[in-house]
Parts: sequence; structure tokens; C-alpha cells
Amino acid sequence: MPRDAAVLDGAGSAALPRRRNYARRYAWFVVPAAVVVIAVIVFPWAFTLYVSAFDWRLGGERRWVGLGNYETLFTDARFGWAVVRTLAYTALAVVAPMLLGLAAALCFHRRFPLRGLARTVFILPMMATPVAVALVWTMMFHPQLGVLNWLLTQVGLPPSLWVYSADTVIPTLVLVEVWHWTPLVMLLILGGLASLPIDPYEAAKIDGASPWQAFRHITLPLLAPFIVVALIIRTIDALKAFDTIYVITQGGPGQASETINIFLYLQAFAFYNVGYASAVVVVFFAIIMLLAALLLWTRQRVRVT
Amino acid sequence: MRRVTRALERLGFSLAVLALVSPAVLVFLWMLSLSLKNELDNTAWPPVFIPDPPTLDNYRDVFARNDFLLYAWNSVVVSFSATGFALLVGVPAGYGIARMRAMRAAALILIARITPGLSYLIPLFLLFQWLELTGSLLPIVVAHLVITVPIVVWVMISFFEGLPGELEEAALVDGATLWQAFRHVALPLARPGITVATILAFIFSWNNFVFAMVLAGRETRTLPVAVNNMLTFEQIAWGPLSAAALLVTLPVLLLTLVAQKQIVTGLTAGGVKGG
Repeated sequence: MPRDAAVLDGAGSAALPRRRNYARRYAWFVVPAAVVVIAVIVFPWAFTLYVSAFDWRLGGERRWVGLGNYETLFTDARFGWAVVRTLAYTALAVVAPMLLGLAAALCFHRRFPLRGLARTVFILPMMATPVAVALVWTMMFHPQLGVLNWLLTQVGLPPSLWVYSADTVIPTLVLVEVWHWTPLVMLLILGGLASLPIDPYEAAKIDGASPWQAFRHITLPLLAPFIVVALIIRTIDALKAFDTIYVITQGGPGQASETINIFLYLQAFAFYNVGYASAVVVVFFAIIMLLAALLLWTRQRVRVT
Repeated sequence: MRRVTRALERLGFSLAVLALVSPAVLVFLWMLSLSLKNELDNTAWPPVFIPDPPTLDNYRDVFARNDFLLYAWNSVVVSFSATGFALLVGVPAGYGIARMRAMRAAALILIARITPGLSYLIPLFLLFQWLELTGSLLPIVVAHLVITVPIVVWVMISFFEGLPGELEEAALVDGATLWQAFRHVALPLARPGITVATILAFIFSWNNFVFAMVLAGRETRTLPVAVNNMLTFEQIAWGPLSAAALLVTLPVLLLTLVAQKQIVTGLTAGGVKGG
């Protein structure tokens, strides 16, 4: 017995360097993708940093300004408002889909007739082409002829101006976002529900726990890691929202729905101010990474407790 | 009494499911309804819900006047090339990263997924202008790699990590090269994963709007850009607009209906999404 163990041990230590050698040889599999990633992902990051140090107009002059663009950015009220709007939009577009997605996941976790079909229909919005969907919503939001205002008057509510008023444009755009992305939250949480053990529930049943108690004290704590993953993904996606906002309002009315992404687009491709826009990219990226890191940190804490 | 409460509970649950599903159903049905009515019915008040009689004029209109087929062809070329190329480089990469346990490479892919798509556009735009490539489909295909390559690599990493390595090790012991072990052992086993990666990469490339909007010229627009350009605020032409929007998103919706199992697997595995 001890001899066998020694042999095994010896084989193990001999295999270790060989295995490391193998690991290096696997690197060849990654080379083509690495070239592509460097060309279309890493190079743009580096080049953006470089461009952000210039006063660079498309088809015009180019002048080194160092950190000048960043200084301008931090005193630019229009950018400040874009940040505020983005955060407000993100808060709404995270909380609502998280709550609805959790409820939907609990529904779809139960067995019922036609569940497969219902789930497929439920995830359709997430896969649909955002531009196509945004166009339909634009028509539905029409203040005079839109079907949504007709529905409001049918239930006795006053018609709304939807995306045509500065007061209602952000919640209205969030409505589209909720419609679009609640399914992804649902799927991520549903995956978590499917992986839960059944033993605690049986024990709780024997102890006479109510369904609500079981949910509050068993399901929620076990589900917490999945909820946090969904939260991280949803937050990042909400921060990055562009297609529907651009198609429906282009940042309007006025600048009432101009988020960081829209501001960035306008600076770069409407005002051709690519140096300034690159500085926006860098700051925007920092904001996203900061929020992602913050959420990851909460995830670690959730794991510990 | 107990039976009554159970029946009530059942009814409540059915209503909840109905409430969850109806927003999706109603928006798509309204889209269909708009596309099958003439302009008079589309702008009627109160709204006309059921087209009576339904007309295909809007669809004829779309195909007749908007170079729709050219843009459809552009979309097909861009999505297929970007997906195909991503599979070519991304499947081996996912394999290599999974077998090397190269967490740093995986993290890089994750950061690429986190970054807004728009932020790649300024450098790529300047680069393509400098290379004088604007006006062809090539820049759009290259830009779409920003979406498709991370999706494919990410899905394949999680798939290959779930594959036991014993079979390949047996092949290696029998004298196969690493490439042979990958090509003849791992790759055939990875077919379900490749299907998932293909479907997701294709859908998110097809749906992408912003890359083509900036990089495309008149002749090289993809469908989402073309359909957005149809939106004119001066005149309301809801019928043709809805018909075009429906045609753009129909391939994706059909693909979702057919391959919902794969899509669910892929999205829950990595939570990947393009753009």
C-alpha cells in the first residue's frame, strides 16, 4: 500500500511539469482569436485613450490637449445631466425587471399545462430586433393616434404624452426596457430555481412552515447568488441601453432623454468631436466598471453570509 | 371548501401567467395588425384592431420601393460572415482557454462584453476611414466581430469546461496530437455547444443596429438601419413601417421558436448579450 502511494506520488510530480507544458501548447488554439480580439477590441481601447488626449475633429484639425478633454467634461453641465439621467434610467430599469423577473421565474418554475409554450412566448421580446420593436412602440406612444392612449381612456385615465413630454419620457423608455429585458432576468433566476435542493422544503413542510415562510427563509437565501448575477447583468445592460432610446427619441424632447450613450453618440457622429467623445468613452467605461465591481463585491458578501 | 380555495388559487395562477405573457403577445399582434391594414384604418380613432379585410399592400410597398432586398442581402452577408468567422476562431479559443484554465483570458472576454458597443466605433471608424474601406460591407463585418467573437468564446469555454477531459487524454496517450484530439474527439462532442454559440451569435449580429448605422453607406445598410431610416416624422406611414419591422425581426422570432432550448441554455450559461 505505501509503495503504491509512493509510485502514485512520483507519477504525480513527474506529470506536473509535463502538464504545464501541455497547457502552454494549448495556447496555439487561442492565437487566432487573440489576434482578432487584439485587432477589434484591445486596439480600439488603446486608440480611444490616445484620441481622448486630442482636440480631434473628424475631417478637421487635430491638436494635443493632454487631459483637457477630461477637464472640459467634468465642467460640462450637459454631460453632468446625462450622467444623472443615466443613473435614474438605470435605477428604474434595474428594479422593475428584477421584481417582475423574480415573480415570473417563480411562476414558470411551477408545472402547468402549456408551460413550454408560455415560456417561449415570454422570452420572445428579448430576442426580437430592438429597432423593429422600438418602431412599434413609437407608433403606440403617439399622443393622438396611439393605441396606448386609447387603452388609457378606456380605463378612465387621462391620456399621456409618453415620450413627447420631458416629464414622462424616461419612465416611458424604461417601460420599453422592462418589456424587452425582464425575460433575461427571469431566465437567469429560473436557472437558479431549477438547481435548488428539495430537502429543506420537505423539512420545512414537516415543521409546518407556511409557503411564504419557506420562500422567505429558504428560497430567497439560496437564490441570492443567482439574483446578484442577474442584478449585475441587468445593471450593465441598463447603463448601456442605446438602440431603443435612439430610435424612439434620439435623446429628446430637447435633451430630456439624453443618456451618456446618446451624448457620446451625438458628440462623435453628429458633432464629429471624436476627441471629446473618446474622453466620454473612457469615463463611461470607468463608471460601468465601478458599478460592476461594486456589485461583484456585494456578491462576495452574499456568498460569505 | 378546500376545493373552492384550490380552484381559486388555480384561477389566480392562470391569470398571473396570462398577465406575464400578454405584453409580449399583444405588442407582436399589434405589429401584425398594423402591417395588414391600410393607412385609413391604421390612423382611425378608436383604433381598428382586426384588419377587415386584411391587405398585403404594405408588404408589396416595402418590397417595391425601399431597396429592401438589397438591405436584406447585406444583413444576411454580414451576420453569416461575422458568425462564421467567429466560430472559426472562437471554438478553438474556447477549447484552449478551458483546457488551460486561463482565467485572465476569460476575464478579458467578459470585459469586452461589458463595454458598450458604441465605444468601439470611434477607433474603428477612424481606422476604416484611414484604410479607405468605407462603402463596402467589410468594415461592418469586422465591427460585428466585436459582438460575435466574445459570445462564441464565452459559450464554448463554459461548454468545454463541462466536458470530461478523459476521452482526449486517452487519445493523447494513444499518440494523437493535441490538434487531432481536439478535431476528432472534443469537437464532435461539442456540437450542441457550437449550435448554441451559432444561434446566439447570429441573432445578436442580426439585431445589431449601431455598428451599421455609423459604418454603412447608402448601399451597405443592414436591415435594422434601413428600417430605422423609413421612420419619417413628417408623414405617418405606419402600415409599411410595421410590415418592414415585422419582416426584419421575423427570422429571429422564428429561430427563437425553433431553438428556444438552445437559447435558454446559452443565455443562462453566460448571460451573454451583444452590443
